[in-house]
Amino acid sequence: MQAVQKYNAIMTGNEAVAFGAKLARVGFISAYPITPQTTIVEKLAEMVANREISAHYVEVESEHSAMAAVFASELVGVRSYTATSSHGLLYMHEMLHWTAGQRLPVVMSVVNRALGPPWNIWTEQTDSMNQKETGWLQVYCESNQEALDSILMGYKIAESPDVLLPLMSMEDAFILSHTSEPVILPDQDQVDSFLPPLNLSFRVDLKNPMGYGSYSTPDGPYMELRKDMMDSLRNSRKVISKVTKEFGETFGRNYSGLIEKFMMEDAEYAIIASGTLASTGKYVVSKLRQEGKKVGLIRVRFFRPFPDLEIAEAVTDLKGVGVIDRSTSYGSAGPTALEVRSALYGKSEIPVAAFIAGLGGRDVKVEDFEKMFQYVEQGKTGNFYINVKEAC
Amino acid sequence: MIQGKGHPKDAFLRSERLPHIWCPGCGIGIVLNAYLNALALSGIPREEVVLISGIGCTARLPGYANADSYHTTHGRSIAFATGMKIANPKLHISLISGDGDLFNIGGNHIMHAARRNIDLNVICVNNFNYGMTGGQHGSTTPAGSVTASSPYGNLEQSFNLPYMMKAMGASYVSRWTALHVRQLTRSIAKSFTVRGFSFIEVLSVCPPNFGKDNGFADAYAQMQYFREHCEIDNNADLHNAGVTFSGDRPIILGDFYHKTRPTFHDIEREIIERVRVDR
Repeated sequence: MQAVQKYNAIMTGNEAVAFGAKLARVGFISAYPITPQTTIVEKLAEMVANREISAHYVEVESEHSAMAAVFASELVGVRSYTATSSHGLLYMHEMLHWTAGQRLPVVMSVVNRALGPPWNIWTEQTDSMNQKETGWLQVYCESNQEALDSILMGYKIAESPDVLLPLMSMEDAFILSHTSEPVILPDQDQVDSFLPPLNLSFRVDLKNPMGYGSYSTPDGPYMELRKDMMDSLRNSRKVISKVTKEFGETFGRNYSGLIEKFMMEDAEYAIIASGTLASTGKYVVSKLRQEGKKVGLIRVRFFRPFPDLEIAEAVTDLKGVGVIDRSTSYGSAGPTALEVRSALYGKSEIPVAAFIAGLGGRDVKVEDFEKMFQYVEQGKTGNFYINVKEAC
Repeated sequence: MIQGKGHPKDAFLRSERLPHIWCPGCGIGIVLNAYLNALALSGIPREEVVLISGIGCTARLPGYANADSYHTTHGRSIAFATGMKIANPKLHISLISGDGDLFNIGGNHIMHAARRNIDLNVICVNNFNYGMTGGQHGSTTPAGSVTASSPYGNLEQSFNLPYMMKAMGASYVSRWTALHVRQLTRSIAKSFTVRGFSFIEVLSVCPPNFGKDNGFADAYAQMQYFREHCEIDNNADLHNAGVTFSGDRPIILGDFYHKTRPTFHDIEREIIERVRVDR
């Protein structure tokens, strides 16, 4: 029996993740301003200045420096946090590989925003999809509550000795980052019992000096270290399931592991989506269900590790599935569609339609979802751009 | 011919892009006006001019000028301009961007462009904070100033830009404010004639962010501070030309430095000529 849930705050997604970092008792924060992330670290700057949290805060001269700084602070054993968006995330890219390669469980918030040119500050996932090869875990949030909770779960997952890899938690620009929603702000005591202090087994320690970074020949441990990263990421799904379950037991909010299934019990057709697109999708599924259509939705929460087994199991017996990407892999298809097709290969023959929608923050409306469901019911298998104007 | 409608600078402006995005009282529009006046004075055909910027409020300026322009990405404006100027040295390249773009996220590039003496006209509008993202502190924020990310005062020391740029090898260095429009216009016009890297700092106002948080009720109040506390000293010791708003020492302005030395382009040509002759 779950405790009765009571909202005790109204906050934007960015405020929610700032409170997430506070409740996680982060000890070091470094960041650089970029719209629409800035209000996260502004809130944290205020909390640090007011001594509401006991953390060091440094606003460095670029995102590349911010990731380098949290890399180093984590390496001395301090739980570290940063946040960014869009071009800032791309500028960090080199250090993302380093943070994962050094097995440092940093948690970062990413506010998904489009990339230039032309300049555009609205939501799109291409920025974080560009980072899927870096070795970071990736979770895409659908609500401000989930954005807050994902910071707490994120540290617990990332710091698990079976994982020891960094995690980025995404929220859609403006739709979550700057929009207020009711939120349940957890108790600090509860968080403390759920998330113990960081105890990194390796760290810069004057009593036990070690050389980090170092060097490996082709015969050296390089390839083995990389395989170990892959193994840890693949195996992190067990930790994710365990931590998500424990979170549900502690706080009464149940996130369903790597994917969330909505009205999938007897579904014949489904759409796979992530982020706030899934919210509109759920509304449309409910609407179509009232019209007697057997449709459902699968929300991808974790993109890394990719829930290939979970998705394959959920869609194998369907008559058709559609995948929406709010990002593109130019010259190929949307990243989620590619992963889904790969996950189903050899397991299921069902048609997969790949949709690209909502780039640069373009609204994905109810009628767009209805159209996509029509395509899926027609058994289409190609790649489709949704709601593109003829001439612009 | 006198027309009933329009603005005297219409030929220089992309009027269809107006109104601009800047806040009431912002100093960047003044810099745009000074730049266009200087361009008119210089007689350089608009067709030979390229305006480049990086990110932030000032970086929107080139978009309003009726010339080729590129609003590049965070911090990369100088590197972009370097490539363009070396590839086509006939172009007159003006780089107008803010302190955040040029000295924080792009800080590395400006040092090297000055060192190489690339023939660029750089105008840095310094509003002492990151205006576009809501007023956080950066490398030009005076120590102690209150900003969105330093609510109890900035603990870092700020850059003294003219001193730094002279040390890095710039051929021309000056500093004015958004209040000193005539001097600024003359300096910009002069920078068009300077061979090599020229650097003009324009101290500006940011009423809703830096200004509001640091005792300036509005743009007028900060302009008034400039009026009362600025001293023009063309021969100033730049070591002592750091900016504060504490009222205890003047803000030094002036046409500080102009010394011609071979540009990257001169040396490049010379080497090519020499190698050709040697062969």
